[in-house]
Amino acid sequence: MLINCQNTSFGYEGHTVVSSLNFSVTSGDFLLVAGENGSGKSTLVKGLLRLITPMQGTMVFGPEFDQAKVGYLSQQAAAKQDFPAGVSEIVMSGNLGKKGFWPFYNKAEKHKAEENLQLLGIAGLKNRCFRELSGGQQRRVLLARSLCAADKLLVLDEPFAGLDPLISVELYQLLKKINRELGFTIIMVSHEIEAADCATHVLHLQKKQLFFGSMEKYQQSEISKKFFVKMETADA
Amino acid sequence: MLEIILEMFSFAFLVRAFIVGALVSICAALLGVSLVLKRYSMIGSGLSNVGFGSLALATALNMAPLTVSIPVVIAAAFLLLRLSENSKIKGDAAVALVSTGSLAVGVIIISQTTGMNTDVCNYLFGSILAMTRADVHLSITLSIIVLVLFVLFYNKLFAITFDETFAKATGINANIYNMLIAFLTALTIVLGMRIMGALLISSLIIFPALSSMRIFKKFKSVTICSAIISILCFFVGVVISYLYATPTGASVVLVNLLVFVLFCIIEALRNSNAINKLQGKKCG
Repeated sequence: MLINCQNTSFGYEGHTVVSSLNFSVTSGDFLLVAGENGSGKSTLVKGLLRLITPMQGTMVFGPEFDQAKVGYLSQQAAAKQDFPAGVSEIVMSGNLGKKGFWPFYNKAEKHKAEENLQLLGIAGLKNRCFRELSGGQQRRVLLARSLCAADKLLVLDEPFAGLDPLISVELYQLLKKINRELGFTIIMVSHEIEAADCATHVLHLQKKQLFFGSMEKYQQSEISKKFFVKMETADA
Repeated sequence: MLEIILEMFSFAFLVRAFIVGALVSICAALLGVSLVLKRYSMIGSGLSNVGFGSLALATALNMAPLTVSIPVVIAAAFLLLRLSENSKIKGDAAVALVSTGSLAVGVIIISQTTGMNTDVCNYLFGSILAMTRADVHLSITLSIIVLVLFVLFYNKLFAITFDETFAKATGINANIYNMLIAFLTALTIVLGMRIMGALLISSLIIFPALSSMRIFKKFKSVTICSAIISILCFFVGVVISYLYATPTGASVVLVNLLVFVLFCIIEALRNSNAINKLQGKKCG
């Protein structure tokens, strides 16, 4: 058991945003967090990253959980359009959370950055400037940084929102591979139907928890129609 | 040219000014990259006004200027950072509040004690003669501390400048590093203020970073280039001020401005070249 929430609620300054959460995440899961805008998904993510503490209930982290080893990618991260930063500078910075006081990168960390660039198919962009890359390439760079930060857990908040659908399909396939073949646990907030294809479990929120369970059960449930129907109308 | 420089170095006060100025220029340029990118450019100008207020206070109390202004400006830097985080008063408004407030306090103190004299003018616009031997020793020690801390925490400063949320999510204590930036900036401002003047010191923070961002595209190259630009501009500015008897601080700022314009032109030329090439490729 990696994370276990029992009757947990999260919010800001005494104002509850999302409540009655009862779910758990086991190593190797790919959990999709679904729900409409304002249903409390991003608040839950902040809780999972321990940027905010539960207002009620408990959230227990298993022994394998280590905050310094969580990879995180959010929808806003690509907003820095005028920032002068090289691709390898960004990817390497993923290593920092795990480092202690020692200020410089060692060989193993450089090697890990190389490996993740390879894995995401962007080794050729290593010496490029981040702001000159396309949207899809930028997300790959940020994902590579998250992989450097992560040991086994990735938390993704609408990681591919706003990208060309063809490109996000590719990226979701990549996430599937990272989950199934490399054994990373992934918790992902997403609106997109492609996301449903790679997840193993679903947590559907609407201020409260509407559903938690495996993907197969979700697809048979009434509640999933909301998710999929909305997708189809959005696509059309 | 060489003769002039040798002649300048025969004056002990100029050598002192060069050493302190060069160190402060490097510190300001290095921190400037982070400050400009974090949208804190105005913090330098706000803190220098606080510095002015505290210098006025030190003169009134007959105390050594640096021993009063260093703690006051550091305290103001932390306060500004706190104010920008607690979003009831937004960052830029908070800076304006603190900066004009302390300027007013400074002016009142001066009018009640010494009155507007050359000393006051030196605080505002800087003077190369202002450094005593004790000031120089303190300045050198503090600038070396700033440089060492910057190099040690360079990677972490990059991480929190580029993406603070990610840094926090992966367990980096971003607040401590923000405080470190504020602390180092405060030290640099106080040290540079004597030479550059309270009204002009923030240019040392902003100009080199902005200039190098015209041409370089990676954080490391921007940082290194800023340091080099800053030290060269300081040197040229002081030589000009010696030759033409212009005020030192203002001369350094003008040289920085010229470099900025030059770099903008280079950027524009390079962009138009790139566009031409692209169009050439499409046609061919």
